[in-house]
Amino acid sequence: MTHPIDTELAFHQRALNLQAYRQQVLASNIANADTPHYKARDIDFKASLQEVLAGKGGSAGGQLDLARTAPRHFPAGDGAPAGARLMYRRETQSSVDGNTVDMDVERAAFAENAVRYEASLTFINQMLRNIRAALQNQ
Amino acid sequence: MSMLNVFNIAGSALTAQSARLNALASNLANADSVAGPDGRPYSARQVVFAARPVEGGAMHPGSAVGVRVIGVVESAAPPRMVHDPRNPAANEQGYVAMPNVNVVEEMVNMISASRAYQSNVEVMNTAKTLMQKTLALGQ
Repeated sequence: MTHPIDTELAFHQRALNLQAYRQQVLASNIANADTPHYKARDIDFKASLQEVLAGKGGSAGGQLDLARTAPRHFPAGDGAPAGARLMYRRETQSSVDGNTVDMDVERAAFAENAVRYEASLTFINQMLRNIRAALQNQ
Repeated sequence: MSMLNVFNIAGSALTAQSARLNALASNLANADSVAGPDGRPYSARQVVFAARPVEGGAMHPGSAVGVRVIGVVESAAPPRMVHDPRNPAANEQGYVAMPNVNVVEEMVNMISASRAYQSNVEVMNTAKTLMQKTLALGQ
């Protein structure tokens, strides 16, 4: 169902979903900063958002998902939300144990993503406030 | 909810890092233990980390990766031989086999573990703030 209010909020809702997903990916990177052979990952936010807005990618169309008939089945693909494609981070300084997490990069990205998430929340809040103002007859 | 998985991920990292702190605390405490429970000198222990998908990540299984301690390995380094003929544990040449704990290495390890712990606490705090703001949406 497409309601005018839905379309109004759709952009920021999708952005918020992607940001929450990215926050989880970055938290995994920070948690595995000392795990041997762990490879840091991230999503290209701009490309992902464009794909999501175009309605491509993931389970929304684009690629086909395999049916999972038992809870222990492995999902096909990385299970990312529609449009978000996980990629491995290019390492700046290689370490002997095969770990590619650079704590500075990850923490900066985590802080940046948190601010962007808050910005999306602020936008949504402001939109809701506008709608409420329009609904009230004062 | 992706954001709730952050708590699982950071929580698993906190558990793993505290296990690492535990191991190195016992290494430091036993740096001079000539005999352990098996009669041989104490040998340094290290925890081994491995990446593990968190349970709450069923919706996006590829991305929610926590940490788990998959084992504790004992150092294979030879014991430190100290010349002390008056020690009852000394051998015929007067040498005592001391634990192979490298105190400097353990201290560095401790700094690394505590920094990693702090980072993950920060991750949790950020996720908590974001969750609270999301819950207050539209108020």
